Amino acid sequence: MSIKTPFKRVEGLGSAKDGTEHFWRQRLTALANVPLIIAFVWIVVSLNGEDHATVAATFANPFVAVVMLLVIVSALYHAKLGMQVVIEDYIHGELAKYALLVANIFFTFGIAVLAVFAILKMGFGS
Amino acid sequence: MSSTSSSATSGQARKERPLSPHLSIYKLIPNMIASIMHRITGVALYFGTVLVAWWLIAAAAGPAYFDYVNGFFGSLFGMLILLGYTWALMHHLLGGLRHFAWDASKLISKQMSTKLAYATFIGSGALTLLVWLIAMLVR
Ligand code: HEM
Repeated sequence: MSIKTPFKRVEGLGSAKDGTEHFWRQRLTALANVPLIIAFVWIVVSLNGEDHATVAATFANPFVAVVMLLVIVSALYHAKLGMQVVIEDYIHGELAKYALLVANIFFTFGIAVLAVFAILKMGFGS
Repeated sequence: MSSTSSSATSGQARKERPLSPHLSIYKLIPNMIASIMHRITGVALYFGTVLVAWWLIAAAAGPAYFDYVNGFFGSLFGMLILLGYTWALMHHLLGGLRHFAWDASKLISKQMSTKLAYATFIGSGALTLLVWLIAMLVR
């Protein structure tokens, strides 16, 4: 049992009941994305035209692997939050909306895990 | 809306209620274009993550499959996609910085937001060219 008053329990939470949490996480991941995306572009550009051995050796470097893992996690979490807003803005049918909200989570987590697996495989060297 | 809360009369009344002005009412200004482009580039990057994952998986899979995927990205079609992806990334990055400024209540005046919108378009074009120039030079 909480001793909070009913007002205190809802104060600042708004109709979605999670207050500014979504907005905050969108900004937090966006902020993280700035240096990470610059690093990502750097990595990809420097590997332009290189053969498989060079690319695999680059990702076998722990620093490159960890930066790339951060890129994937931050960008896909940010993309999940962003796409959720786009769906909520345009899709109003209950069934279609929830189907797409679920698909959004499955897609972003699926892509993230695939990429993370690939990075780890190269990072641990094989 | 549940059927219990809407009688025939209130359903009638709802139809005649005025709508708030929407997009089509306003004159299109640069800031609106930059705003929708931020959303469009965000959605494009969302699906672009498939390409990033594909490239990483190919690199993890081994030389034969990596060469195949590299061949796709090196084709004219592949390079067009990568060019679009680069521009989307640069435009969304600058658009994001714009949002940070606005979150801090800076650069949000009518004149300034118009200038910022132009800056995002020119900046994203310039950054795209720069990235591709460097990519060509290091090759
Ligand atoms: C380069 C660094 C990035 C920055 C600074 C950034 C910044 C932002 C910000 C501030 C928003 C919120 C816009 C709003 O509230 O209206 C946003 C939305 C979004 N971002 Fe990013 N982002 C970045 C990278 C990415 C990447 C890599 C992806 C995809 C993988 C992405 C996908 C999205 C999507 C789908 C939205 C929702 C669009 C909307 O609501 O209009 N962003 N981004």
